[in-house]
Amino acid sequence: MPNADSRELALRMGDNCLILAQRLGAWCGHAPALEEDIALANTALDLIGQTRLWLGLAGEMEGGKSADDLAFQRDARAFRNCLLVEQPNGDYAHTLVRQFLFDAWHAPMLTGLMKSADPRVAEIAAKSIKEVDYHLERSTDLVIRLGDGSEESHARMQSALDDFYPFAGELLTPDAVDEALAEAGLALDLQSVRSAWRSHVAATLQEATLTAPVDAPVRKGGKQGLHSEALGYVLAELQWMQRAYPGAEW
Amino acid sequence: MSNEWPLWEVFIRGQHGLSHRHVGSLHAPDAEMAIKNARDVYTRRNEGVSIWVVKASDIAASSPEEKGPLFEPSNSKVYRHPTFYDIPDEVGHM
Amino acid sequence: MYAQEVKSTGEAVKSLKEMSPEERAFQEKIDAGVKIEPKDWMPEGYRKTLIRQISQHAHSEIVGELPEGNWITRAPTLERKAILLAKVQDEAGHGLYLYCAAETLGVSRDEMTEQLLSGKAKYSSIFNYPTLTWADIGAIGWLVDGAAIMNQVPLQRCSYGPYSRAMIRICKEESFHQRQGYAIMMQLMKGDAAQREMAQDALNRWWWPSLMMFGPSDADSVHSAQSMAWKIKQNTNDELRQKFVDQTVPQAEFIGLKIPDPDLKWNEEKGGYDFGEIDWNEFHEVLKGNGPCNKERMEARRKAWNDGAWFRDGLMAHAKKRAAKKIAAE
Repeated sequence: MPNADSRELALRMGDNCLILAQRLGAWCGHAPALEEDIALANTALDLIGQTRLWLGLAGEMEGGKSADDLAFQRDARAFRNCLLVEQPNGDYAHTLVRQFLFDAWHAPMLTGLMKSADPRVAEIAAKSIKEVDYHLERSTDLVIRLGDGSEESHARMQSALDDFYPFAGELLTPDAVDEALAEAGLALDLQSVRSAWRSHVAATLQEATLTAPVDAPVRKGGKQGLHSEALGYVLAELQWMQRAYPGAEW
Repeated sequence: MSNEWPLWEVFIRGQHGLSHRHVGSLHAPDAEMAIKNARDVYTRRNEGVSIWVVKASDIAASSPEEKGPLFEPSNSKVYRHPTFYDIPDEVGHM
Repeated sequence: MYAQEVKSTGEAVKSLKEMSPEERAFQEKIDAGVKIEPKDWMPEGYRKTLIRQISQHAHSEIVGELPEGNWITRAPTLERKAILLAKVQDEAGHGLYLYCAAETLGVSRDEMTEQLLSGKAKYSSIFNYPTLTWADIGAIGWLVDGAAIMNQVPLQRCSYGPYSRAMIRICKEESFHQRQGYAIMMQLMKGDAAQREMAQDALNRWWWPSLMMFGPSDADSVHSAQSMAWKIKQNTNDELRQKFVDQTVPQAEFIGLKIPDPDLKWNEEKGGYDFGEIDWNEFHEVLKGNGPCNKERMEARRKAWNDGAWFRDGLMAHAKKRAAKKIAAE
């Protein structure tokens, strides 16, 4: 029986938020338009806030560690985020497609978690969903507009979709931990998230005149700590200060 | 031809139920995106509950030369203002 | 300041007698404290000087995102990361408000961007210095934002309505920026020897560039008189610089930092500090483009603009399609 308590769930949720926020933060000051720079920073700020809640819960269950302890002191193998969020920013199309594929999972996931048997989980989910509903609305809108925009924007969005679609499967395919979490009533059955994700993504891509790759192999492993090489570099930057000055307060 | 996103004027109604107020402007490709951008740019500190956007080029404005004829007539109607009327203090608040 | 060397008309300030009737009416309005609004008549020099000043200010906000922005991914705690991101995002917002204010004077944001990227338009010299350690983030908030606020508070009363309103919003939002910077420095000074050294080193590197932010000494500033008559500049460079020094020195002392100026001395008679000579040669070199990071800053802005063209054009193309469909359906 895998370790299926709220701690594992909180780590998975929190690490996704943390690594994606870290990726988005790198755009600040470099986005394609001033209005977009500000909007994307809002999403990143929401995700940092959610990271603090989830990792705060996970740390509390680990005998009083802080969210910062978990964010800055763990090595790559202990991270539980999916591979999708650690993928490099690429061009802005890649960043947007990554966001869209993630949001389309994140929103139904949180909606389900609001009914978690663990009230702490339900509370964090209820707080986060308001923000994530807007993330999904925004990323969906941009995927449609840029997919059905100019020839170049269409081509870039399609290429980003081809690259990142294979990573979405990991979010939607339950592993033993997901199954145990669902059984314990702590999380929802990923099957229901999968159907919500599929119908939203299919409808969006159709309107965007984009095509999901057929028979794309599923890239996974992050949930078990088997990451892509990209994560090591993300952590090197994220954790550098805490590693270089152990125990210092900032 | 310039492909610049058009300019929009943004009006926001705050929490306290007053009218929408002009808060500034921004660029967006169309009205829907202007509303989204306005949400992200002008309500970062919880400032609003409702957003209006108007394309800047669609606003008809009075011209400064008309300032006299437009606004001076109301200047002379002092009786529209409560301070015009002397009410004895004994009457109390009115 | 954020607009350090705004070229004015270069002509001497006219007396009311020398002015045309329009100019006189305009100047009298300003003298009476009436705001000038976009559609009002204004002398061409006023319009041009304002466009230069506001766009320089806007460019400074946008380029100013870069030195701090490069620490967002390295901030030492989640809370510091969120604060820094929110602050840099505010700077983007302030750039946006200012570009919009300049646009009311008949210049487009794209035109202003072109001027920045071609090197024709200037931005504050301060952002051409590198951020080398986390303490630099503290020093920038404390000193650079502190200096900026000194300049921006009086600009809330400037004669041009849209600029004044943008400054009011900016000042309100910026109130936390300087405090978060000082809080970082305070925390460092409470830390171990390495942290205290980091803080002192940052102050050593940022002190003089911060003083340069106020622009050339009044004696060498050729553009001030007209701008002051037009109330688009309220205080002289030296006045503001003195005020900044007087305010900042006790703050440094309070947390045990030493201002890197051997000539710094309290002057009882003037009720302020005397301080050493600024290296104006360095200032002019940085403004000319020869600072430590000018090249990197401009490259980053050009890359963002060029790489983002497909995004801006793609969204415009979609909006046009949608509008066409709507018309066809009606």
